Formats: sequence, structure tokens, C-alpha cells
Amino acid sequence: MKPWLLIGDFLRRLGESTLFLFTILSALPAALARPRLVVQQLYMVGVLSMVIVIISGSFIGMVLALQGYSLLVRFGAASSLGQAVAFSVVRELGPVVTALLFAGRAGSALAAEIGLMKATDQLSGMEMMAVDPVKRVVAPRFLAGFIAMPLLVAMFSVMAIGVGGGYSIGVTLLGVDDGAYWSQIHRAMHFEDIRQSLVKALWFGGAVSWIAMYQGYHAAPTSEGVSRATTSTVVVSSVVVLALDFVLTAFMFR
Amino acid sequence: MSSPGPDVLVRVRGLRFGFGTRAVFDGVDLDIPRGKVTAIMGPSGTGKTTLLRLIGGQWRPQAGTVEFDGVDVHRQSRAALFELRKRMGMLFQNGALLTDLTVFENVAFPLREHTRLPESMIRDVVLMKLEAVGLRGAAGLYPEQISGGMSRRVALARAIALEPAMVMYDEPFTGQDPITMGVLMRLIRQLNDALGLTSVLVSHDVDEVLSISDYAYVVSGGKVVDHGAPAAVRGSASEFVQQFLHGKPDGPVPFHYKTARDYAADLLGGARR
Ligand SMILES: Nc1ncnc2c1ncn2[C@@H]1O[C@H](COP(=O)(O)OP(=O)(O)O)[C@@H](O)[C@H]1O
Ligand SMILES: [Mg+2]
Repeated sequence: MKPWLLIGDFLRRLGESTLFLFTILSALPAALARPRLVVQQLYMVGVLSMVIVIISGSFIGMVLALQGYSLLVRFGAASSLGQAVAFSVVRELGPVVTALLFAGRAGSALAAEIGLMKATDQLSGMEMMAVDPVKRVVAPRFLAGFIAMPLLVAMFSVMAIGVGGGYSIGVTLLGVDDGAYWSQIHRAMHFEDIRQSLVKALWFGGAVSWIAMYQGYHAAPTSEGVSRATTSTVVVSSVVVLALDFVLTAFMFR
Repeated sequence: MSSPGPDVLVRVRGLRFGFGTRAVFDGVDLDIPRGKVTAIMGPSGTGKTTLLRLIGGQWRPQAGTVEFDGVDVHRQSRAALFELRKRMGMLFQNGALLTDLTVFENVAFPLREHTRLPESMIRDVVLMKLEAVGLRGAAGLYPEQISGGMSRRVALARAIALEPAMVMYDEPFTGQDPITMGVLMRLIRQLNDALGLTSVLVSHDVDEVLSISDYAYVVSGGKVVDHGAPAAVRGSASEFVQQFLHGKPDGPVPFHYKTARDYAADLLGGARR
């Protein structure tokens, strides 16, 4: 395709998705008025992502402890391992890796679900029954993704710092006292770190949910269209999350 | 244009609609008589589904009007349009049931969305509607567990849950075996008469449709080609209508898709295009 056509298409999609975001946001009060729908989706999104978040969190914690130790011990700072692990997890890896996993697991599933509903006329059917699919289907899912992310990030962080990091220290017998590990974490973590983590989680959750909803809702109503929407959700979400992470970090550092 | 009767529920005038530069309708006038079964027939791709979406206000015509019970469908606020749609039921080609809900919940869906009926009432209404289409026994099944013909009957039960004035059927017989077809035909006619509905039946299954309808339109090339009582349409003088009704391969609609290139030249031209 010609480059200017690609740029034109990109701008069109950007405009379309921005409009769609406003449509979703204006439908949020309707979704909040029916918390049962949101809770249902929260359960779906949460269950979809929980297992991989727990497993990935543990492994990342283990690796961080091992790598961190080999670096810190050179400076005789092995006792600061807890702080190093906690910092990298809470501020960076927790929100970012969780968001990437969330995009791959829940985001793609949401896009496929909505795309299929569109392809099988379920969304049109709702409209003809005088039910707004953005209010009934899209908004509760968006909200659920937005709420689920902080919870998943917290879960990831606990697994990484506690289970993963703790396991590495306990089992591989790094020369770190596990008491020191914990008290370091306790002393070094401030409310500010948790706040940054939460801010990122909310932004990432909103972004991934928005992208998934947009891709699904605007998918071509064919099997090819649905598969493209699923792939795009993961690709676009991943890039957006990483870019957004840089922007948010730069802002919060000041 | 001769009118099908004095009491018209849907009045379409001068309808023009197209996708991009391709025109689908180029000035269509239709009257759907109240309380009757009206067939709209035409070859695949003439825009039958499009017409139903235009009547339902999902899409907007480039020109012309659609009036439902005297109200211009495309000049309504979204809220008013939604109120209108509660009085129209529509059956999509494949039923369009919500796949994450049971048959029971599918039929209950419009009731839960639009009424504040107590649970016991919802249950009664749903079971009554399911009984009307003969599927009370399937209430607990999921859409993937029932056949295509059953899906359409469930969709029909759902479409009449709010007791609409009109039901639009998009190709309800396509892909169905003869028994299912017969069941659906009888059901459409029965419900129309028993509930005092107005039915719009879009299809290209000519014989089936003509046998249960009171009035018929034949649409092709963006225009109404002929209309009248089924017997009149069967005896239509239009060459196209005759070709369509009797499935002749050639006639006004050529067997060959239009091309400017000569056949022999095309063959000799090889890979060059
Ligand atoms: N969303 C769409 N975008 C572009 N063209 C469409 C769309 N929907 C239908 N069409 C085209 O409009 C014409 C009429 O379609 P449709 O109403 O589905 O025909 P029918 O139901 O009579 O088979 C077809 O040629 C179809 O390819
Ligand atoms: Mg069609």
C-alpha cells in the first residue's frame, strides 16, 4: 500500500477509535447502574488472566532475585536485594508485564467475543430489540478491564516479590538473610511507589480494554475480520502499553 | 401505483441507498399493509436485508422516507427510535441469538431490558412464547445445542416477546429442510393471524413465500419490478419476474457477469491483464 494511504488509514482509525472511546465513556453511567453485568465481566476477565499472572509473576520474581543478587553482591550490597526486587516490580515490571499478559489473554478474548457477536448479527439483533450494545455489552467489559488491572498488578507484584523472590532466596541459598530481604522491602517501599503502580495499572487497563473493544466492535463481520481484530488487539495494545509506560514514567519522575 | 389496501403500517417512498458509489436502491416505493403477510422477493444481493435495516432505522437512506405507523423512522431521536423498535421484531438470517444465554434467557432478554415485570411474570411470558413456537422443552438449552431451524423459532419467540406490531423475517427458510420449512411457514402465518401482527417476509424461496403471503413485491436492480396479490405476481407480464419465479438461467438477468472484454481476446490475452 502507498505510504500516504497507510497514514490516512491510521488517522481515520485514530479518529474512529477516539470517538468510540467517548461513546463508551458516555455509556459508563448505564453500566454502573447495572453492577451485576460488570461483576460478571470482572469474573470473566479476572479468571482468564489470574493463572498466567500468578505464574508469570513468580518466575519474574525468581529471575529478578537471581540477577539482582549477582549484580549487587559485586558492590557488597547484597542485603539491598529486597529493595531492588520490590522497586523494579512495583514501579515497572508489575504494571507492564501484567498489562502485556492481560492484552494477550483477556484483551484478545474480549476482541474475539465482540467481533464474533458482530459477525453473527448479535449486536445488530440487540439494536433491533432497542437495546444499545455499547451500553449492554461494551461498557461493562471496558469497566471490568479497567477495574481488573490494578487487582491483577497487585497479584503479580505479591507473587513476584513474595513468592518468586522469597523462593529464590530460600531455596537457592543466596547469601541474603531472608529477614533482611523482608525488612528492606518494608523500609524502602513508600506509598508513592504503590501510587505510581496504581496509576500505571489504571492507564494500562483502560488502554488495553479500549483497544480490545474498538478492535472487536469495528471488526469486519467475517472470520478473517475477527482473527485480524484479535491479532491487532495484542499487537497494538503491547506497543501502546510500552509507549504509555515511558510517558507515564517520565511524568512521574519529574 | 396501485395500493395494496387502505391501512398501511409501513410506507416507503422514493428510497435511495447505496454503499459508497454503488447504488442498492434507486427510488423504491413500498406499502406494507397492516395485519397482512407481505413478501419481498428478489435475487440474492438485491438489498433485501438492507431494506429491512433501513425500515428498522439501523441504516439511513440517502434520500426518501420510511414511515412506520405514520412516524418517519429516520427523523427520530435515538430514544424515540428505540421506542419505535420495541414495536418491530426482526428475525435475522441466522437467528442472531445471544450465544452466552440459554434459550429461556434469550427470550427473556427483551423483557428484562425493557420491562420491570417480576420474575414469575417473566417466566410465564417466556414459557408462553416458547410454547407458541413449540420449544418450551428446549428452554434450558444453549443456542449451540439446537438446530438452525430451532434457532429461528427461538428468535421468533424472542421477537414476539414484547408483543410488537410488526415482525420482519430475513430469509427464514434458507438452508432449512422441507419439514422445518413447513413448520416455519405455518408458524409465520399462524402467529400473524393469532396475534394480529403485520409480517414482512423477505426471501427468495418463491413458492413457499407466495403460498403464505397476502401481498408480494418483487425487487431487483434497486427498484420494485412488480407487486400485487400472489396470484397476480405469478401471472406477471414482466420478463424478469417470470425468469425469477421459474428459475430460468437466462433472461433479462444474464447468466454471464458483465464484462467489456471479448471472450476470444481474453483467452488469447494470456496472463496480461
Ligand atoms: N456493510 C456493507 N458494506 C458494503 N456493501 C454491503 C454491505 N452490506 C451489504 N452490502 C452489499 O449491498 C448489496 C445488498 O446486500 P443485501 O441487502 O445483504 O442483499 P440481500 O439480502 O438481498 O441478499 C449486496 O451487493 C452487498 O454486497
Ligand atoms: Mg440478505
